[in-house]
Amino acid sequence: MLAFVVRRIVTTIPVMAFVALFVFSLLYIAPGDPAAIIAGDQASPADVERIRASLGLDRPYLIRFGEWSWRVLQGDLGTSIFTSLPVTQLIAQRIEPTVSLMVLTLIFAVVVAVPMGVIAAWKAGSWIDKGAMAFAVLGFSVPVFVVGYLLAWIFALKLEWLPVQGYTPISEGLWPWLRNLILPAVTLGLVYIALIARITRATMLEVLQQDYVRTAQAKGVAQKDVLFLHSLKNAAVPIVTIIGIGIALLIGGAVVTESVFAIPGLGRLTVDAILRRDYPVIQGVVLMFSLVYVLVNLLIDLTYTLVDPRIRY
Amino acid sequence: MDRRSFLKSATGVGVAAATGGLAMPALAQGATKTLRFVPQANLANFDPIWGTQYVVRNAALLVWDTLYGVNSKFEPKRQMVEAEEVSADGLTWTFKLRSGLKFHDGSPVTAKDVVASLVRWSARDPMGLMIRAIQVELTPVDELTWKWVLKQPFPKMLFALAKNNAPCSFIMPERIAKTDPFQQITEYIGSGPFKFARSEWVPGAKAVFEKFADYKPREEPADWMAGGKKVLIDRLEWVIMPDPATAAAALQSGEVDWWETPLADLVPVLKGHKDISVDIGDPLGNIGAFRMNHLFPPFNNLKVRQAVATALNQEDYMRAIVGEDDKLWKPLPGFFTPGTPLYTEEGGEMFKKKSVAEAKKLLAESGYKGEPVTCIVAQDMAATKSMGDVTAELLKSIGMNVDFVATDWGTVGSRRAQKTPPGQGGWSMFHTWHAGADCVNPASYTAIRANGEKAWFGWPDVPPVEEHITSWFNAKDIAAEKEAMGKLNKAAVENVVYVPTGFYLGYQAWRKNVAGVTSGPFPVFWGVAKG
Repeated sequence: MLAFVVRRIVTTIPVMAFVALFVFSLLYIAPGDPAAIIAGDQASPADVERIRASLGLDRPYLIRFGEWSWRVLQGDLGTSIFTSLPVTQLIAQRIEPTVSLMVLTLIFAVVVAVPMGVIAAWKAGSWIDKGAMAFAVLGFSVPVFVVGYLLAWIFALKLEWLPVQGYTPISEGLWPWLRNLILPAVTLGLVYIALIARITRATMLEVLQQDYVRTAQAKGVAQKDVLFLHSLKNAAVPIVTIIGIGIALLIGGAVVTESVFAIPGLGRLTVDAILRRDYPVIQGVVLMFSLVYVLVNLLIDLTYTLVDPRIRY
Repeated sequence: MDRRSFLKSATGVGVAAATGGLAMPALAQGATKTLRFVPQANLANFDPIWGTQYVVRNAALLVWDTLYGVNSKFEPKRQMVEAEEVSADGLTWTFKLRSGLKFHDGSPVTAKDVVASLVRWSARDPMGLMIRAIQVELTPVDELTWKWVLKQPFPKMLFALAKNNAPCSFIMPERIAKTDPFQQITEYIGSGPFKFARSEWVPGAKAVFEKFADYKPREEPADWMAGGKKVLIDRLEWVIMPDPATAAAALQSGEVDWWETPLADLVPVLKGHKDISVDIGDPLGNIGAFRMNHLFPPFNNLKVRQAVATALNQEDYMRAIVGEDDKLWKPLPGFFTPGTPLYTEEGGEMFKKKSVAEAKKLLAESGYKGEPVTCIVAQDMAATKSMGDVTAELLKSIGMNVDFVATDWGTVGSRRAQKTPPGQGGWSMFHTWHAGADCVNPASYTAIRANGEKAWFGWPDVPPVEEHITSWFNAKDIAAEKEAMGKLNKAAVENVVYVPTGFYLGYQAWRKNVAGVTSGPFPVFWGVAKG
């Protein structure tokens, strides 16, 4: 096991190197010029050129990539072109709201989606199954921002239960923190629920056909134990896999959700940086998200050994 | 459902917030008087000389003071300066600072600070560059006095130091002002009425300004950048909200107090709210525009440019930007900001014709051979997207071949600087807008310049336009200025330096417990109180 973990961590290095090269190259060839944005409309071409030079954007690709890579290896993601603040500081300022949103979304989605999928499989063909799958299709189909506005309309306009925007750090209290995150988490969680519920249902349908399930039912095991102990455990590997893959969905969805609910998180930082061509920030954030994604996949692989003892590394 | 309907319905959320009293623990009011303001854009950097975006200028006006300031009549008024003197030949200007002015770090403001600040400013500002070109020396005389010696008179000296166009001549401590004007400063110390709370700055989310207790306001009443900047609040928080529907909701709920630029589509909802006041924000508004590339076919041909200008119906553009509210737009048969002292429509008939038939005739006479018009349109800016769609139809209606390139503003910003032919990475046309504050006269009006290679994007080369600009700079009285402006407008229209698509305004909205909100080319926070 330890050897596997070490091997996986080592293989992370070339993956991250490739991501770094890809992101840097993509931004290098992408149109747009931060120097022109900084200089503003009154600036002459010579002024723009001087700003470009002062930012080091006029130097050859390989030199820029080499310098940036060397700094990244030392843990320095560079400095934002626009704010002159270290990228690590900008990320640190924004990480709590995004992590809070993602964790809460994950918990909400798993708690809702797994039982929904299990029950839908158990009652396959019934109105419960059809209702659950209709909900899943809806979750996939409706854009996140529409869901956000709709939920805010219901829970703020009609019921007056929750605020519509903002973020309160957890250090200021659990309820204030939670209160601001409920609507964004539900908004972001719907598509995730749809994904997990569908996979759970499909996998459970297959497992429920197995002989050992029939045996368990024949010997009088309670239905809930058949479903959640005997069957779900054997269906867990694909479900855990899809939860891991879904992290990418969450990262993408957070960008929109943070804008709709005015949450100062990494999603908004990324969008702002892309619109302004703030290259160091874009590179830093994408690299960080990539690392998170790789580590989540490692965690998922390790989780397999817990849910299926036959899997050994 | 279209964009407007969707935004209106989404904004209903705000009504809930308003009626539900959605108390936000993080935003709860304490003993200090805190005003929460939603600015037009994110404050991504904070060097008003290095970066010239208007949101930076607006924030900088809080932190850094200026030597002079324009009032609502566009008159330069003393601000940090106590007195000035110009020699009889107009070549030597001597200025004296008010005594007792302090920077936020407690150090006194001296002539050395002023000189260093003017050196940095004059390296970047168009008027500053003009002064620099005729400068003999700029030196401190004593602790509070400095002189600026020139090779030839510069009658617009006080206006240059007072103007509100970015970059303004902000005064910084010498050690900060000595930063290369093409490098960003790293300390935000000024002598203005607010201090910048750097530790609370989260770019893209929040910027905080605190009242500067040692600020010495002038005795005269405040009027835009001029007069006494008396601060009546303790703390000003800028809350960045990229989503207009969310900002509308937050204003209605009382989570924020003042929204600088509400989307026109959302204004009816705000106007209907009992606790919210709505009025015009910047009375100088904006001039919508599209620029044509004078270097390459088809727009290197004057008759083609005239054909497009003749077919133009500005109402189509303005409706696309501001909707049905007639208070928010005016036709503009010229290039200057309506309602300002030097406004002129002289020679502007071409922009009033709206004649497709005449345009087709001009196009036929031009010898246009169907060359594609590479029209680059930023889709992420509501105004440019709206104008681009109208222009595409306009060009097609007169028989032009349109190559519509939908892109984002960042790409337009770099592509418009390309001087290669349209088919080789260049362009034929792009859309933009100019702040009305920049278009009151030629002083900071880069877009009207027609000095060929040195001109703004599109590079028009029209010597008569440049001659009339020079005449304005040399004008000694208002009558001479008006004469120069009339001739300038006429020459710019005849040669179609660029095409104005109309003049439009925007609203601002604030909670009724906020008093003292005024209209201006920037949000004026002095004199604003919160009940």
